[in-house]
Amino acid sequence: MSIWEYANPKKFITTFGPWVMPLMVVAGVLLVVGLGWGFFLTPEAQNFGSTVKIIYIHVPSAFVAINAWIMMLVTSLVWLIRRHHVSALAARAAAPVGLVMTVIALVTGAIWGQPMWGTWWAWEPRLTSFLILFLFYLGYIALWSAVPEPETAADLTSAVCIVGSVFAVLSRYAVLFWAQGLHQGASLSVDRAEHVADVYWLPLMVSMAGFVALFVALVLMRTITEIRARRITALMARAERAEAVA
Amino acid sequence: MPELGQYAGVVLSAWGVGLGLIVALVWASITRARRVKAELERIERGGS
Amino acid sequence: MRALVLRDLRLALRAGGGFGLGLAFLLIIVTLVPFGIGPDRALLGAVAPGILWVGALLAVLLSLDRIFALDHEDGSLPLLVTSPLPGEGIALAKAAAHWLTTGLPITLAAPVLGLLLDLAAPARLWLLLALALGTPALSMIGTFGAAVTLGVRRGGLLLSLLVLPLYMPVLIYGAELARRGAAGEAVTTPLLMLAGITLATLALLPFATALVLRVNLR
Repeated sequence: MSIWEYANPKKFITTFGPWVMPLMVVAGVLLVVGLGWGFFLTPEAQNFGSTVKIIYIHVPSAFVAINAWIMMLVTSLVWLIRRHHVSALAARAAAPVGLVMTVIALVTGAIWGQPMWGTWWAWEPRLTSFLILFLFYLGYIALWSAVPEPETAADLTSAVCIVGSVFAVLSRYAVLFWAQGLHQGASLSVDRAEHVADVYWLPLMVSMAGFVALFVALVLMRTITEIRARRITALMARAERAEAVA
Repeated sequence: MPELGQYAGVVLSAWGVGLGLIVALVWASITRARRVKAELERIERGGS
Repeated sequence: MRALVLRDLRLALRAGGGFGLGLAFLLIIVTLVPFGIGPDRALLGAVAPGILWVGALLAVLLSLDRIFALDHEDGSLPLLVTSPLPGEGIALAKAAAHWLTTGLPITLAAPVLGLLLDLAAPARLWLLLALALGTPALSMIGTFGAAVTLGVRRGGLLLSLLVLPLYMPVLIYGAELARRGAAGEAVTTPLLMLAGITLATLALLPFATALVLRVNLR
């Protein structure tokens, strides 16, 4: 028994297919509890008034947006090293989810920044880094859809993902050097002093768990879809070849 | 409905955008999954 | 490798467009900017390094698709890749030829064009230094991008979408170096970071470019 057994597309579908719906339900329950708790039962914060409630959408989506890219980096490496198609397809499946999460983080942040900082947008390290992340997602997805040959597309996008990750980290530090911060400190960190207060922390944790469960469910479902789509193209190509011979 | 005070519009629009995008993403994923699955079944049953 | 660089240089010279187009593009940008933001000399002098950096970046971007496209069309690229020269060497040679035909002329011309934007004398020197350090990285990153989009038909837009985010660190440190140098502030950090990025790019990206070339010519 090794983890690589699940690289077989059939095995992947039969193993993880049944997980999708339960995971969706779990994600739904966690989101309803976490978001509901956060929306209805938490007090207003001293300086932010009720806008503090945006944290329950903003922080989890940003968290998922970054970690989706890390997941894509890992699966891209697995594809380049071990050439498991499922791995490449999982990276492809995760990209649009990461893109949407990036957009959510950016938009909720802008809406929050307007009354709080007095501006929709500031050229500020965290915001700029997220904008760059957004551009990387766009390029990655565009490249996937531009290359028709699946194996070539997987190789090229993996290379771009890896090179892009290095440059994303570089940009992060370049941007830190380039502009001063306006953004709040980390809402979540190992350092307890930096944390948000406990009243907000618990519902936030539940929301985060909900977002993560949703991400996993979506990526599994979309990976299975990609496997099936790949099979359709393969079958069509085979039928065409058979026709050409006959 | 909790009292949102002067920031009601801000909070509600942020939640609306966030939840709306998530729902759209889930919906798009599910419909595409269904369509592709049906298509594959059709082709495999077609025996070509 | 040297033969490959010389061949590319000769081709660029004979075809004419190589040197000229990038420079003409930069000149047009420099001409257009004052129309866009007004002829105020103090304002122009302040934004000049940034404008010239962004202009140089776009001029480089415009010429990227020529790096491999011509060789790909006439079929000499597969011959190059199967030749005893390692793919990494081809990538490096192509980037070098691209830099000599675009990056170098832009670097030399930018301080002169800076005159049009009222760029002060010390600032012109710093800009020259920053561009000289940064443009090799632009050429190398661009060669990688051109190799990725090799097989894509009408890949120009995709190429810019892929390459421009990768240019961001170079642009940030390069423009910051020119700005700080002009303002007389400490320049060590951007100077070292810019040089470091360029060297690391030249050392590592040829491998990624060679991988991508082999994939595209499979």
